[in-house]
Amino acid sequence: MLIELKQIANARSGDKGPSSNVGILFKNKEIYQWAKRNITVELIKNHFKSIAKGEIIRYELDNIFALNFILGDSLGGGGSETLINDAQGKTHGQAMLLLKLDVPNHLI
Amino acid sequence: MISKITRIGNGQGFWGDSIDAPIQLLKNGNIDYLTLDYLAEVTMSIMQRQKLKNPDAGYAKDFVEMIESSLNIIKENSVKIISNAGGVNPKSCSEKLVQVANKLGHKLKIGIIEGDDIFDKIDQFISQGVTFENLETGESFDRIREKVTSANVYINSFPIAEALELGAEIVLAGRVSDPGLVLGPTIYEFGWVKENINRLASGTLAGHVLECGAQCTGGNYSKWWKVPDLANIGYPIVEINSTGDFIITKQDQSGGLVNRETVCEQILYEMGNPQKYISPDVCVDFTSFELEDLGHNRVHISNVKGFKETDTYKVAISYFAGYKASGQLTISGPDAMEKAKKTAEIIWERLKNANCVYEDTQTEFLGVNSCHKDIVDISKNINEVVLRLGVKDKNKEKVNRFGKELAPVITNGPPGITGFSGGRPKAQPIVAYWPTLIPKNLIKTTVSIIKTEKG
Repeated sequence: MLIELKQIANARSGDKGPSSNVGILFKNKEIYQWAKRNITVELIKNHFKSIAKGEIIRYELDNIFALNFILGDSLGGGGSETLINDAQGKTHGQAMLLLKLDVPNHLI
Repeated sequence: MISKITRIGNGQGFWGDSIDAPIQLLKNGNIDYLTLDYLAEVTMSIMQRQKLKNPDAGYAKDFVEMIESSLNIIKENSVKIISNAGGVNPKSCSEKLVQVANKLGHKLKIGIIEGDDIFDKIDQFISQGVTFENLETGESFDRIREKVTSANVYINSFPIAEALELGAEIVLAGRVSDPGLVLGPTIYEFGWVKENINRLASGTLAGHVLECGAQCTGGNYSKWWKVPDLANIGYPIVEINSTGDFIITKQDQSGGLVNRETVCEQILYEMGNPQKYISPDVCVDFTSFELEDLGHNRVHISNVKGFKETDTYKVAISYFAGYKASGQLTISGPDAMEKAKKTAEIIWERLKNANCVYEDTQTEFLGVNSCHKDIVDISKNINEVVLRLGVKDKNKEKVNRFGKELAPVITNGPPGITGFSGGRPKAQPIVAYWPTLIPKNLIKTTVSIIKTEKG
């Protein structure tokens, strides 16, 4: 079924210098295992193509069923140098939750 | 046997956080320690500038006010305070606190931690072979050497424990690591040493969860509609024991929510490589621990693993990087978005005609896509837009010229433009951040005690 990520996960974002990070916390182990196979760097790169100008890096946290993405060069320079409104990427987590996914019905 | 548990609260996640939270924790938190974070990356630079103008300034004045308003209850409930409010001048801050204690008729012992401020020692360190090259970009320090406005080492947490050992009731530091405000008292309470790597890692993780205040008790939570009584959100408390295992909770009779999700979201906050969280004391593996939601706003974390600390401290250097200004105009419909685009276009053209071309400019449409760009397309049928424009340049006059070009469009641009209040945007200095490293053996921290005469 086609859903948005927010139906199966939470997210939080913050700044890492000129980049931001978005942590995605999945509801349970089964959904996390599915997400680990399906929420790829390429998928996230495409979702954030108008925001992240740099490399996308993905990390896995099996212990808490979470993925962590670094969105490279996504803050217009970051810190106090940037001119953008969301200087610290505070809203990138919410943008992540709008990601559209085709998830097997039994997982939702 | 019931093992000893220490309760540590955090009532201030950043400079500008709630002024009521520390008081609530002191009154109702039943805590042994209250940690308060007053520093951000740019704060040090502001404080260094204040100190250059006035040798007695350069610390968080808010902290002194907080202590003045709550010293009675601090003494009554025997809560010890751990803070980085000392900024670049912990001595002067402590003298002010002594005056406050004398005025209120209390004895007080204050522990001061120094050695993190290396602003005056940069040349000395360069002569000793430190390169200060940028940790993220690898750029040479030469480019910014003449523009440096502050330089502070993120020092480790053992000096905090030492100050407590000397009887300090308030520990006043400058640039210690944020999690260190929690780890320091834990080291003191349980007599941990540098070899207790997993315990130090656990105390560091506890500090990381607490360091942003209410961000682990229901603030900034994805499922915000599920948080009870958000208006009266409780600030976090950690209950930690000698093994390092801990429970995250919040004060009784408060709003907010502590569960697996609120705690895990905060663990993920500002995370890089989860297997390599580097603090001045230890490296923490955030993929190692076990987490159990106990219900009733209690989350248990155990078996945190760490590995040996690195040979270097992180240094936060700030430097002057030119000027910036930004301003906003509200534009109503019909055709709000088209008019906003036209307004931006004519402002930039007029500035270009005035020979104002900038190093960087920004055009954003608040209410449309300033946060999420093309992820959501809602640009059709928008009935009002806030146009936000910004410029950046080394030339201050040019930046100020931008500020004069906004108001005129209200009468000489498209119709229905309003919301221009608060005067022309003025050029603000940009204090840029330069992260770098320094060998740990070059940094000597000191701990001293200042007390009231009666103390």
